[in-house]
Amino acid sequence: MAEPLLQVNDLKVHFPVGKTLFKPGVTVKAVDGVSFSVARGEVLGLVGESGSGKTTLGRSVLRLIEPTDGSVRFNGEEVVGMPPAQLKALRGQMQIIFQDPYASLNPRMSVGQTIGEALLLHHIGTRKDRAERVGDILEKVGLPRAASARFPHEFSGGQRQRIGIARALAVNPQFIVADEPVSALDVSIQAQIINLLQDLRQELGLSILFIGHDLSVIEFLCDRVVVMYLGKIMETATAADLYANPRHPYTRALLDAAPVPDPRARRQRITLKGDLPSPINPPSGCVFRTRCPFAIEACAAVVPSLDPVGEQHAVACIRAGELNLTE
Amino acid sequence: MAETVIPLATIQPPQSYGRRVVKRFLKHRPAVAGLAFLLLLAIIIMVGPFLSPYTFDGQDFALIGSPGPMNAQHWLGTDELGRDVTTRLIYGGRVSLAVGLAGAIIATIAGTLVGALSGFYRGWIDALLMRFTDVMLSIPTLPLVLLLSGLFRPSPPLLVAIVGMLIWMGTARLVRSQFLVLREREFVEAARALGAGGARLMFRHILPNAIGPITVAATLAVGSAIMLESALSFLGFGIQPPVPTWGNLLNSASSWLSVAPWLAIPPGLLILCTVLAVNFLGDGLRDAMEPKE
Repeated sequence: MAEPLLQVNDLKVHFPVGKTLFKPGVTVKAVDGVSFSVARGEVLGLVGESGSGKTTLGRSVLRLIEPTDGSVRFNGEEVVGMPPAQLKALRGQMQIIFQDPYASLNPRMSVGQTIGEALLLHHIGTRKDRAERVGDILEKVGLPRAASARFPHEFSGGQRQRIGIARALAVNPQFIVADEPVSALDVSIQAQIINLLQDLRQELGLSILFIGHDLSVIEFLCDRVVVMYLGKIMETATAADLYANPRHPYTRALLDAAPVPDPRARRQRITLKGDLPSPINPPSGCVFRTRCPFAIEACAAVVPSLDPVGEQHAVACIRAGELNLTE
Repeated sequence: MAETVIPLATIQPPQSYGRRVVKRFLKHRPAVAGLAFLLLLAIIIMVGPFLSPYTFDGQDFALIGSPGPMNAQHWLGTDELGRDVTTRLIYGGRVSLAVGLAGAIIATIAGTLVGALSGFYRGWIDALLMRFTDVMLSIPTLPLVLLLSGLFRPSPPLLVAIVGMLIWMGTARLVRSQFLVLREREFVEAARALGAGGARLMFRHILPNAIGPITVAATLAVGSAIMLESALSFLGFGIQPPVPTWGNLLNSASSWLSVAPWLAIPPGLLILCTVLAVNFLGDGLRDAMEPKE
């Protein structure tokens, strides 16, 4: 098998909280020992509730948040601990699209300045032909060339998200972290942006880490899916496999929570109660056990490892073998 | 290639940020009045000395000895040295406003720099700069000035520097809080993801978005600087006679308060009105520049 474009190994992001001169404070384990890989041209979905650490994971892969421990290899190069000059060059190959198109564009810079800055920082083109290039990129994301002179507040949410995508694409990246890029948009606009991402992916051969919580979007766009809960991976499988044959109770609960336009759909649903436990003081053993309907005493004792249960399918649950979650 | 290109017409027509600020500002009555007052004052102090038949230090030896009353030749009377008070007041306005403006500019630059570094880098840089700010804030101004005045008399540029150095702290704290908020915004993170360095992030991305509050703080600093200069000159530490400022005019008038109260009222009133107008202007700017939508 060819080397994956991105290989993440045992990545940890811990935040110290409440540390002062006088007390030691505590540690929030936002991402705790996560490993996965993204192949060239692959779209990997990353799902989980709010607070599961998926956004933190996405940013720490790009080193927008410094990882505490672990390894991120991009194109075979170690990203964690990479010196700033090298990291800057690497930023031209890995980019990010943000969730909130209202917050992610500098209100004091015109669209042309925003996209032009990306070109400038990576020495793409000369001063003269940058305007030309900005126009080309805008057309690529479905915006008119003349939009370059306008400011972000003149655009709608969907249009702004296109600008955000244009900025990320301006430097010709191989890999993009898409951090819930459609969650803040109207449903009708969501479809346009999803289709745009799909088109761009095929046209440019992009690899994408697509973070989201809308499972239908993930199913449509992603080749493989990683399910996260409280900083840990619960299950990973190809999208088709995961939807047809979930093996982790948490995955089942997520699938059940999504509305299905079929009145005869499965009746026996797993509904999660309560909120995520505090990541400051996570449950012992399996972190999901406090909300899991199938939890037994043994779940509190051992931390389940992510074990393969099939072709490209792995699950972190000690009862995965005995549970049948597909009826 | 995307399937459809969005026509430009569906993008909202631009209404410039500047135009909306002006519109909102004009609705703020006290601010407009303040601006009008300051403009009028500026015109008077700029052209006044050229129209006046007297110079600020020209003496009428017939009137020397005690302050003269108001009359047709000397609209606001003369002082004990026979100098025309109106002319000195107008000329003093030049000095007071110039010192106030220059002091505020220094305070704004210093405060913005300290606040920007503090809020952007956080950590020990922040701790160091903010404790320094606290120290500066806890120095009692008047005893310090009285002490200094016993040692030397500052030249006008040094006075401006002293005024600036005594009032930058508020701006620093304000700018720091703005930077703390803005540095977490996604557009800053986006620029960081593109490889933008510290200086670019601070001055290209964060600072332009904090320019509203900084403008307001700068305006209010002009008020503080004028007040401080007046206080310093009143105490004899500021600009030295015979060059008039509103502060030292007030000072020399104070010894004649019982016989010639008309000497003290105009400079006092001018200081009051100018500082009030500057503060109204600052309030109006704040309201007008408040983030929209």
